[in-house]
Amino acid sequence: MSIEPVKVGMAEFKTALPPLSLITIGLGSCVGVCLWDSLIKIGGMAHIMLPDSTQSRIVQNRAKFADTGVPLLIEEMLKLGANRARLIAKIAGGAQMFNFPGSSNAMRIGERNAEAVKKCLEQERIRLIAEDIGGNFGRTIEFFTDNGNLFIKTINKGQKRI
Amino acid sequence: MKDFYELNELQLDALKEISNIGAGNAATSLSQMLGRKINMSVPNANIAPFPNIVDFVGGAEIEVAGGYLRVDGEMPMGILFMIPKEQVFYFLDLLFGNPIGTCTNWDEMKQSAFKEIVNILAGSYLNALSVFTNQVYSPSVPAQANDMAGAILGEVLQQIGEVSDHALVVENIFIEQERQIKGHFFLLPEPKTMELLLKYLGVL
Repeated sequence: MSIEPVKVGMAEFKTALPPLSLITIGLGSCVGVCLWDSLIKIGGMAHIMLPDSTQSRIVQNRAKFADTGVPLLIEEMLKLGANRARLIAKIAGGAQMFNFPGSSNAMRIGERNAEAVKKCLEQERIRLIAEDIGGNFGRTIEFFTDNGNLFIKTINKGQKRI
Repeated sequence: MKDFYELNELQLDALKEISNIGAGNAATSLSQMLGRKINMSVPNANIAPFPNIVDFVGGAEIEVAGGYLRVDGEMPMGILFMIPKEQVFYFLDLLFGNPIGTCTNWDEMKQSAFKEIVNILAGSYLNALSVFTNQVYSPSVPAQANDMAGAILGEVLQQIGEVSDHALVVENIFIEQERQIKGHFFLLPEPKTMELLLKYLGVL
């Protein structure tokens, strides 16, 4: 019997309980933030697209930005019974897919996403215990809610578990 | 300023029409380049929320070649051309006059050929836009990425992500004599560009 993982699309966030896993397919410069409470075994994943909501004119979807998406995921998990002190974080993504000659700051968005997510986790006092960030390749990530393992698959750069 | 999802049927039709003409120009250029007839389907124009956009190209995980360029100036926008890996290799075999199946991986020569194709396609599109809007567009040199469709799209959509949760996707299918080459063209006008575009087209 195989169980379909819960899909987290671009600028979305979801939570899940065992035996379900959470998956984001094809992360490029976006960052996948995974949170896990080891005691009650609840997992959450957010697909963060941009670093900073204050740069945006209209914020319709809080999950899209690091500074609003990370707190949103934490809130949701606390609501479902997770304990802040037990939460751990793993993050992946933040690549740069396109390399323009003489590329400007605006194109280094993967790096900025990763920085913003880390800063936000620190402010929220969530421990970041593993990361797989950067490079110029896409990642598919699957987060297992029973043991907190994060599997990362790529096309040419192999796969790993963090 | 409008978000994309507020566009009405008439406005979408107008954008489709530009696209039709743009793709027509592009098909002609491709025919000349490949020395054989390339047709194209009637384009689809869709406004879709970010999580659904990747469905248009067959899912986030499929391996594609993406060519992306930016147009700056009065009417900033991004243009992305995406095509599945095996189909782009077919394309390149035609272009280099090799037996089909010769091309199986990328090298510098093929990358520059692909970028040139993207350049020509984008140029043809922008020419159609110029006729309607009386503007001159100067696109950047294209950048290329070969990876999962979702990863490539994500980076491109970030460019409009600060102002929108939706994007306009124009889908063009190019048809070579023997097989369909499903190339997807994404025209990603920034919202202010969209407004100007609609104004020039007389549908605002």
